Amino acid sequence: MSNNLRFKTSKFIDETYRVSFKFNNKTYFGFKGDTLASALLANGIHLVGRSFKYHRPRGIMTSGSEEPNAIIQLHDNSSRTEPNVRATEVEIYEGLVASSQNCWPSVNFDVGGINNLLSPILPAGFYYKTFMWPASFWEKYEYFIRKSAGLGKSPKVADPDIYEHNYIHCDVLVIGAGISGIMAAKIAAKNGFKTLLVDEKSYLGGSSIYDNSEFSKINNQLTCSWLEKEINEISKLENLEIKIRTSVAAYHGYNFLLARESLTDHLPINQRDKKVRHRLLKIRAKKVITATGSIERPLIFDNNDRPGILLSSAIKKYIDLYGVACGENNILFTNNDTAYETAMSLIQRGIKINAIIDNREQVDSKICYEVEKNNIKIYKGFSVVDTYGYRRINKISIMKLSKDGQTVIGDKTKLNCDCLGLSGGWTPAVHLFTQSGGKLKFREEDQVFIPDVYPSDQISIGSCNGDFGLEEVIKNTLSSLKKFLNIDNSEYKTVEIISVLNQSKRNIWLLPSDKSIGKTKSFVDYQNDATSKDIKLALREGFRSIEHVKRYTTTGMGTDQGKLGNMHALGIISETAGTKMGEHGTTTFRPPYTPLTFGTIVGRNVGEFFDIFRRTPIHDWHVKNNAEFENVGQWKRAWYYPKENENMHQAVQRESKAARDSAGILDASTLGKIDIQGTDASEFLNRVYTNAWSKLAVGKCRYGLMLNEDGMVYDDGVTTRLGENHYIMTTTTGGAANVLGKLEDYLQTEWPELDVYLSSVTDHYATISVCGPNSKKIVSKVIPDLDFSDEMFPHMSFKNAKIGNIKCRVMRISFTGEQSYEINIQANFGKSVWERCMDAGKDFNITPYGTETMHLLRAEKGFIIVGQDTDATLTPIDLQMDWIVSKKKYDFIGKRSLYRSDTIREDRKQLVGLLTENPEEVLEEGAQIVSDVKKSPIEMLGHVTSSYYSPNLKKSIALGVLKSGKNMLGQKLIIPMENKNINVIVADPVFLDKEGKKLNAKL
Amino acid sequence: MFLINCPFCGEREQSEFKAGGEAHIVRPKQPTELSDDEWAEYLFMRKNIKGVQFERWNHIHGCRKWFNMVRDTSNDQIKAVYKMGEKPPVK
Repeated sequence: MSNNLRFKTSKFIDETYRVSFKFNNKTYFGFKGDTLASALLANGIHLVGRSFKYHRPRGIMTSGSEEPNAIIQLHDNSSRTEPNVRATEVEIYEGLVASSQNCWPSVNFDVGGINNLLSPILPAGFYYKTFMWPASFWEKYEYFIRKSAGLGKSPKVADPDIYEHNYIHCDVLVIGAGISGIMAAKIAAKNGFKTLLVDEKSYLGGSSIYDNSEFSKINNQLTCSWLEKEINEISKLENLEIKIRTSVAAYHGYNFLLARESLTDHLPINQRDKKVRHRLLKIRAKKVITATGSIERPLIFDNNDRPGILLSSAIKKYIDLYGVACGENNILFTNNDTAYETAMSLIQRGIKINAIIDNREQVDSKICYEVEKNNIKIYKGFSVVDTYGYRRINKISIMKLSKDGQTVIGDKTKLNCDCLGLSGGWTPAVHLFTQSGGKLKFREEDQVFIPDVYPSDQISIGSCNGDFGLEEVIKNTLSSLKKFLNIDNSEYKTVEIISVLNQSKRNIWLLPSDKSIGKTKSFVDYQNDATSKDIKLALREGFRSIEHVKRYTTTGMGTDQGKLGNMHALGIISETAGTKMGEHGTTTFRPPYTPLTFGTIVGRNVGEFFDIFRRTPIHDWHVKNNAEFENVGQWKRAWYYPKENENMHQAVQRESKAARDSAGILDASTLGKIDIQGTDASEFLNRVYTNAWSKLAVGKCRYGLMLNEDGMVYDDGVTTRLGENHYIMTTTTGGAANVLGKLEDYLQTEWPELDVYLSSVTDHYATISVCGPNSKKIVSKVIPDLDFSDEMFPHMSFKNAKIGNIKCRVMRISFTGEQSYEINIQANFGKSVWERCMDAGKDFNITPYGTETMHLLRAEKGFIIVGQDTDATLTPIDLQMDWIVSKKKYDFIGKRSLYRSDTIREDRKQLVGLLTENPEEVLEEGAQIVSDVKKSPIEMLGHVTSSYYSPNLKKSIALGVLKSGKNMLGQKLIIPMENKNINVIVADPVFLDKEGKKLNAKL
Repeated sequence: MFLINCPFCGEREQSEFKAGGEAHIVRPKQPTELSDDEWAEYLFMRKNIKGVQFERWNHIHGCRKWFNMVRDTSNDQIKAVYKMGEKPPVK
């Protein structure tokens, strides 16, 4: 470690605690309290990365979250690896490993640096202009573009860390714990507001906490000493919660904010196990106080991007907070007074300042005289025109500015330096304010956007509100809080402030050069290598809107979102276009303020918690019996039950055969069940289903089809009349929640006069369906007291029964075309009744079957599945289900739409059966149906919706939708596949037992 | 995310609610009497206002009740909530 760079005088650095870390495979040392950036600077390292497009060497530029250059890969080659981490925000710990990005083979020698020489042919919009032609070459270009795209490497294995989400409700949220934030938190908490104070840094106090200048004092104390006492006091307040390392990412409407609290990132890896890494705080605050401070502006001139060029405020922070000198021969370049504060900090430590270049002709505040007294040469009315040095700045050249600031005049003077500090004034951090919907106004005097119209109960204070001087900050903070919190403020009755900074500033967005602009590289967006030349080019090419210029030049589109350069881009646009600055507005500030990891966003919703899933009461039995599962809606449904080495096809063929030959059993518990009661229940069903319900006798079941108001099939299911005013409706598994929602909608909004009550009872019952020629014998054994004779218990009827003492409902309904009984019993008895059925069916080879077999069996019968054979473009008429549409009913949902000019067209797509010429050939679901493959383009007539090999019919069967399908029975058509054409014949969609003999067969 | 004052439950977070489109569109009592154009007007045509809009909302993860809401779509300010069948309290 170079000793003359570290000044062991900072109380924020623990010099007794040495920390070793690796950067680009070399080991370095820093101290506890350092950031990676401050530790690297203490080791004399400025060059930390390469720029995105030109691969130019770049160094640490700032000291905070606005950093554009020093973005590094953290934790190389580990599951925790993370790209694009700002070195200025990483607190170092023992064993930290980091490396540079976007360079190969190394940051010191990078092959991609050739792009810098090629830059004349890489202007703004280069990719748009170059790779658009010939179009067929796109695939070749894409490979190379993808290779050069992006910064850093994403992790390739699962993240080992834990993340969580947390809701917080508070009266007052204070964002930012700088001097104004601290004061606001104290006042709010002391006035009885439940207050939360958050700050992205690891310490409180913002930049004032290291302000030990004699030139700004509060109550005759150094600002930092005064603030320390304040912090000490608020840490004891009961009403106040303080969270450090907490960055507000998003400010949404209604004072809803998201913040990331970082809990373990500053700890050595071995201390992180089983601890939560980040917490995403979802904050709902009654009032929000934004005190996010401001970001210093760089200055835009030729070659303003070399390592060793930093913001002047960053140089001040590195020396005052971390005790680190960024250079030994410093030059400061400024257009305002803030650089002189930095100068005073350097002078105090005896660090050499070669010169100060000030744009202003007149420099007359007290602090400037003080600096001059120290024999520091101040070049007034001068500008830097160029810089030199490849891996680190070593020289600058300066020239006199003309009166109007548009040109440089006179001789060029070269000055040596190893560090150049830039101060272009301050930009209020209004990001969160605008995210919340706030409107900005432009302040001409110092060319800043400041909050104007607040969309919710909030306020901005301190420098994010455009108050830059200490006196202004404190006075305005106090007066705004009084109004905002509606309090009679007794705190801070007497605050005496001494502040000597003058707010004068000479703002020139793009500094003039002695070269033509085409020969300069003045960077506006450092990370994306967007230069002033690019912005001017975009304007020449006709772009006017700031949003368009942004996208064309990629200004402000890096991971730093243009925190440094966006204002300059706006300034250059208005200067070039000759418009007024405020007229353009700004680009949209979007969340997150600083990047969030995916882990933070996802929280605990990973692995088995990724999505909620529902299990039937019989689930464990299916697992034990080797079922494969299928996701249906949120449900896990048994898909098929492979035996030994069976594949899916073999298992399904066996299950399907068994169900038709003897007996099958299906867990149908997932079907939606809605309990409908009330004196108008029958009338209600009449209105929601297409068929008539008034005459359904108690104890009978009926299949119903539900449409949308546009006439398209929405859902189907069997509804049973349990009593005079009591029905139970079943819905499809996936549609249950939506059907209930739709029924409630009509009931509450269109027909509030109906006496009907709806309850979802899906979870309350387990449903076991036993089907097949031997089903009756099996259920008779399970429920011996119930008369299962066809006379007493015909198809489409229902009985109340008991298994032991437990009441159950038995419906004789069928989705397979076989005789079939559904036992509905209280959910917690489901598994034991299922086992009883299995036991009773032993002699009949009772075979559990899953959803795949169920689909096959119903397809043999031509029964549709809503959502598989239909897609919200099919009416019941299209499905050849005219029989279920009542002609007598005056109205039902969707009725009027069934004879709109579009729905009565003969050539609509209609449901048909499809048989392959070769009965062994099974079609692919989703395949297109055509009649002529020679015509180009081939006309698509429809597509296959369901397709199976039927073991019962010993042939391939399929359902599909086909234009004018009803009239095409017997026609030969073609299913074109990748390697072959399959010939099919249009058939009746009912392939098996059209008369329904099996349902009522005497067995 | 909005805070919505459900007329039955009080203030709740938006994630408990489901939006249900434009309010005060009454289903015709006699759809069969309508021409194709008239029916299409009811079925398909909806305003999409930038500004004050009358909307239907459902407290789907709460009391399951539908209600009406007046919202300024340009800034998401909710002007009023009121029960189904009631007249809008604001214009």
